[in-house]
Amino acid sequence: MLGIIGGRVYDPQNGSDGEVRDIWVKDGSVVARDEVDRERAQIIDAAGLVVMPGGVDIHSHIVGAKVNSGRKLRPEDHRGNERRRVGDLRSGTGGTVPTTYLTGYLYSEMGYTTVMEAATAPLVARHTHEELEDVPNLDKGAFITMGNNHFIMQSIRDGRPQSARDYVAWLLAASKGYAIKIVNPGGVENWKWGRNVAELDDEVIGYGVTPRQIVQTLAWINDELMLPHVPHIHGINLGRSSSARTTIETIEALEGRPAHFCHLQFLSYGAGPGGIHKSEAARVAEAVNANPNVTVDVGQVIFGAATTMTSDGPLQYSLHRTTGNKWINDDVESESGGGVVPILYKRTNPVNATMWLTGLELFLLIQDPWRVFLSTDHPNAGPFTAYPQVIKLLMDREYRKAMFDRIHARARKGALLPDLDREYSLGEIAIVSRAGPAKVLGLKKKGHLGLGADADIAIYRELADKAAMFARPAFVFKDGKLVARDGEVVASFPGRTFSVAPAYDPSIEAEIRARFATTYSVSFENYSMLGVESAHAETIACG
Amino acid sequence: MSKVIEHVTCPFCGCVCDDISVEVEDSRIVKVRRACSSGQGVFTEYDPRPRRPTVAGREVDWDVAVGEAAAILKAADSPLIYGLSSSATEAQRKAVELADRIGAVIDSTSSVCHGPAALALQAVGEPTCTLGEVRDRADLVVFWGCNPDASHQRHFGRFSLTVKGALTPQGRADRTVYVVDVRPTGSSSKADHFLQVEQGKDFEVLTTLRLLVKGKKPPVDAVGGLPLAQLEELAERMKTCRYGVAFMGMGLTMTAARQLNVAELFTLVAELNKYARFTVIPMRGHGNVTGADQVLTWTTGYPFAVSFARGYPQFSPGEFSAVDMLVRGAADAALIIASDPGAHFPHRAAERLKSIPTIVLDHASSVTASTARVVFPTAAYGVDAAGTAYRMDTVPIPLRRVIATDRVSDEELLSRIIEAVS
Repeated sequence: MLGIIGGRVYDPQNGSDGEVRDIWVKDGSVVARDEVDRERAQIIDAAGLVVMPGGVDIHSHIVGAKVNSGRKLRPEDHRGNERRRVGDLRSGTGGTVPTTYLTGYLYSEMGYTTVMEAATAPLVARHTHEELEDVPNLDKGAFITMGNNHFIMQSIRDGRPQSARDYVAWLLAASKGYAIKIVNPGGVENWKWGRNVAELDDEVIGYGVTPRQIVQTLAWINDELMLPHVPHIHGINLGRSSSARTTIETIEALEGRPAHFCHLQFLSYGAGPGGIHKSEAARVAEAVNANPNVTVDVGQVIFGAATTMTSDGPLQYSLHRTTGNKWINDDVESESGGGVVPILYKRTNPVNATMWLTGLELFLLIQDPWRVFLSTDHPNAGPFTAYPQVIKLLMDREYRKAMFDRIHARARKGALLPDLDREYSLGEIAIVSRAGPAKVLGLKKKGHLGLGADADIAIYRELADKAAMFARPAFVFKDGKLVARDGEVVASFPGRTFSVAPAYDPSIEAEIRARFATTYSVSFENYSMLGVESAHAETIACG
Repeated sequence: MSKVIEHVTCPFCGCVCDDISVEVEDSRIVKVRRACSSGQGVFTEYDPRPRRPTVAGREVDWDVAVGEAAAILKAADSPLIYGLSSSATEAQRKAVELADRIGAVIDSTSSVCHGPAALALQAVGEPTCTLGEVRDRADLVVFWGCNPDASHQRHFGRFSLTVKGALTPQGRADRTVYVVDVRPTGSSSKADHFLQVEQGKDFEVLTTLRLLVKGKKPPVDAVGGLPLAQLEELAERMKTCRYGVAFMGMGLTMTAARQLNVAELFTLVAELNKYARFTVIPMRGHGNVTGADQVLTWTTGYPFAVSFARGYPQFSPGEFSAVDMLVRGAADAALIIASDPGAHFPHRAAERLKSIPTIVLDHASSVTASTARVVFPTAAYGVDAAGTAYRMDTVPIPLRRVIATDRVSDEELLSRIIEAVS
């Protein structure tokens, strides 16, 4: 039992914007005051402190095949970033792609308690879940890549969307996934022919379907299955000067169906002078503002080392060609692909500087904080450990201005950013880093501190320097248990893994099974994780 | 009464075939279908009778043996944990946890096998794919320094040579196959083209191929014993194929130049993507050596040869690799999991292993076990213990428990040792 007394509570979902309130906790949940025996409860005197729900990261690459390839690829990233073993806390190595235990600890130390793994190919979902078991102190879930899946594309081509729907439901259950992820729809399949897609109506080789049809069908399926999250979309043309245009076209193609656009910064460019991209954040933000069915996370670029890793195979190849850096590619049979390329973002590089300001412009131009979320698309645009720096950029326009003045002059020229005076409030930070993502994820016990919420709570000392404030919370509780104190992890225990189990017509299984022998190199029985027990699994209801 | 269990996974080699059928009668395996001769042995040669652990050759209770193992590990200044690759990831995770707790050096059979391929990956990356992509798309397959005909007997039939796939409906007829090796092998006899490279000249041949792919012609008639015209033909096929795949083995990793050979091949493959799609897959040997790489990487950031001696993971092959730890006399106790270094390591390393207190977890008898102080006869993953193994293309596949015995798994036993040292 726990009582957090006298703190200034930022709980936007329950209308608290810094009001002084007490929070009572019993058996890992927020409860009414009269349910707690005050004599026996641990009491935290939070007078003068800022109390928020634990952070919720809607998009981060923390585990699985691609992430582990990134770790393996980069010994130079780990050295100098080691963490010693202390007591029962495990050792690890960090840098841009930390090891599993250290990932949990680093999130705890920032006050985060829920993180979603952003992309898992179902064929290797077993790997993702093995690693998730080794990420402590966080509740988690995995998004399942479906934008280049043969069964789905074939069903679309054959005019059988219902069969695609039942297949998606089966696939989510079979991979113990949480949401539908779409990555460069059709483009990853075309990459297996050395090609890509550039327009929503380009053809996917061998299937005759288009990125537009794939997005529309999966958005329809998401509605039909009443999944807790919306389809999570990384669109076509990421990183290209046509991306802002095709992002807006993709928003329009949804025809009002809900969707989340991830790391939108990478997809908000237009053609600029001298072949350098320019920010089209204003146009993209306008489209987001006009379409209340759409939420986004930004994928803010952080100057320094990063490791790009996506399921977008052709993108990773083009990053390899552009940077000359080492490259991992992984084509995954019948469903996906991807790659890894290390990168260094420099403020003195005009392209990188443009990416940096594009992200900030999106944050400042999208009006409704409930629809734009904090992310660095870890570790693609930068490590999640830079979130406190992003918060400072949003809350402190002087700091932002000083940083803007130091980026490459070509990126500064004509930029909107210096004219944007908006500063986020603490309440808005609580929305973009907790309440908003939890809401669109459909995690009803997350992102708020109302009765029945999970007792995931971060308590900060208010400092003028917001980066310092958010980097070292005074107390962090996960399920009511203290996991970090003064920015240092103090406990390590397993979190939950959320998944969904939507209903489907069981006759689809026979069809999937029949096609399996010719489409996969593993057997149907060993691919599916249906029936696999896990001590920390929790099913989130659909509907 | 007999029952047939289908979709059983064979843990023997890196193919991790998961289409095996096993017939069980009264908790005995009586028939195995579809497995290769090596895989048959996994199921039929295993003696599942419960055995007690031994300390100094005498049978003792489990608690006594666990206590002795813990005492050895606690007394050691520089314990070595080695093997892992014929165990399941569940046990590998425990082995790393133990190493972290006691400040051990931990290494897998990678260090004497495909370790240089991991170093090459760290240096230049690795464009790869899953084996189903090979089956479905590859119209050009190159086997370099490997002989799957003997080492991975079902590889040709399931993934790479005769199998029919989506874009290879005619199977063998839809593929052009090269073998590059220093001597004719069973695999080379099944290839369309056999390039017999001079021993130790792989690097020169690979560099020449990179030049030829870039349209540059070196002023020589032959490289590594191969006529330039033959290499020009290969380079041209590589540039014009639909989807090429190179499989590489210990002919590259364990000959002169080691990781430089592999990095040259990986770089060639990466560069070929300017012209065609091309990927590479290391032909991993042990059933779950890929899993050992994966587990070590997600827990430490490094795939093998990791030391926890300073309280955090450090990576240094040549220093923290098991052979080197032993030859240098740096290890003063050893825990060997599902491996037989006493039989396979160089003489000096094997001799040193005999002279230090050693603990063995193995489902079968071994040379290492015969001189070890503590021996735990554990269950065999994939036979009487369930777990997970990663195929050579890093696809994770469940290992089933096809017969029920009283044997404890490596995972359970390692958990008990962790408890005892804590």
